[in-house]
Amino acid sequence: MRITVDPARCVGAGQCVLTAPDLFDQDDDGLVTVLDPAAGAPAVAAREAAALCPSGAISVAAD
Amino acid sequence: MSTGADARTTAPQCPVAFPLRRPGRPFPPPEYATYRGGTGLVRSELPSGPVWLVTRHEDVRAVLTDPRISADPSKPGFPKAGRTGGAPSQYEVPGWFVAMDPPEHGRFRKTLIPEFTVRKVRELRPVIQQIVDERIDAMLAAGTSADLIESFALPVPSLVISSLLGVPKADRDFFEGRTRVLVRLSSTDEERDKAAQALLRYLGRLIQIKQRRPGDDLISRLIAAGTLSRQELSGVSMLLLIAGHETTANNIGLGVVQLLTNPQWIGDDRIVEELLRYYSVADLVAFRVAVEDVEIGGQLIRAGEGIVPLIAAANHDDTAFAAPSEFDPERSARSHVAFGYGVHQCLGQNLVREEMDIAYRTLFARIPSLTLAVPVAELPLKYDGVLFGLHELPVTWK
Repeated sequence: MRITVDPARCVGAGQCVLTAPDLFDQDDDGLVTVLDPAAGAPAVAAREAAALCPSGAISVAAD
Repeated sequence: MSTGADARTTAPQCPVAFPLRRPGRPFPPPEYATYRGGTGLVRSELPSGPVWLVTRHEDVRAVLTDPRISADPSKPGFPKAGRTGGAPSQYEVPGWFVAMDPPEHGRFRKTLIPEFTVRKVRELRPVIQQIVDERIDAMLAAGTSADLIESFALPVPSLVISSLLGVPKADRDFFEGRTRVLVRLSSTDEERDKAAQALLRYLGRLIQIKQRRPGDDLISRLIAAGTLSRQELSGVSMLLLIAGHETTANNIGLGVVQLLTNPQWIGDDRIVEELLRYYSVADLVAFRVAVEDVEIGGQLIRAGEGIVPLIAAANHDDTAFAAPSEFDPERSARSHVAFGYGVHQCLGQNLVREEMDIAYRTLFARIPSLTLAVPVAELPLKYDGVLFGLHELPVTWK
């Protein structure tokens, strides 16, 4: 599974941090960052965060 | 343009009445379910002209994310005239970024995002806790009964947002009164304009003071950042001040009633999300207009036609939430659109979550004997507002 984020689309709602705090964080500007892109993340949490993101800033692709 | 050949191009029925009343209990109007189960989108009329009411969860999310649909009230056909409440379309307020489209919207939103991150809001917990405790202290000191809206549900979020912004709490009556005028459906355009101008003048003076003597507050940090003009700062501050207290107050009040009548959920971590979905107090805030022809839920919407995505209808869509009229904190309600969706999704949503959570926990822990002083059916519901809630919430305790 590969998680990609687009900080330019991010609107800082924080839904991803609430949903999957081990995967996502907000940087100093409040925009989305992936904590560890290489980590074997739980697919369910990542997909839920992508589905809840109001601005479509998160994509999750199968390996 | 991706308008399908099979899209309906004519109104499926005669215009329906709008806005609709919630029928005696604080649930969405039953007509919403009828529309949702029918064509999904129905035609209505506002003083500004025809609008489409959008009722399905999927369609509401589509409306709120489609770049061909605008949140800018200056666009032809935008639903307005006394019915859009808090959206100050009639007075051009610089910095009123909820009424802007990308990319203009992004300049304001991005300036504010760092103030409302999950981490920043968690750092405010002690501030919120202290404000909640002080309000309860005052209630307990004053006797064994109170109007919980007046003494708790409204002052808590009002004091939290004024503390965050650096607005003196002594001026609470002033800005709460002006906000009430702005969010009342029955206010005239003149009344709204007067209230908005008074708020803008007040904030303009406050900004001047903070330019000379900065404090540890959001407005002072925005001044220091230097990215917004003084006029824009006034508009942004007004937006945050208004958005920061009235909606949360309604959520706190309704949630207390829900927990008093369903005490098994008191203390449960999951109530906040379900309360947000269940009551959907901001049913009527996300007005839009199509700027190009666009197809939503199989219906062709022409450029220049107004659109009202109904938040409560979406949050009670049984294709998104099983048995939606049941209050069930065990469901996963996270996909609700109580805070909207798309780029305008509520910036302060995590502050709202913290305030609701701390308010319920502390209130029921410190006043376990809290009870309603009148039957639920007699609680005065706000039917005259853009935001749904209670006018009063009489409670007693031992």
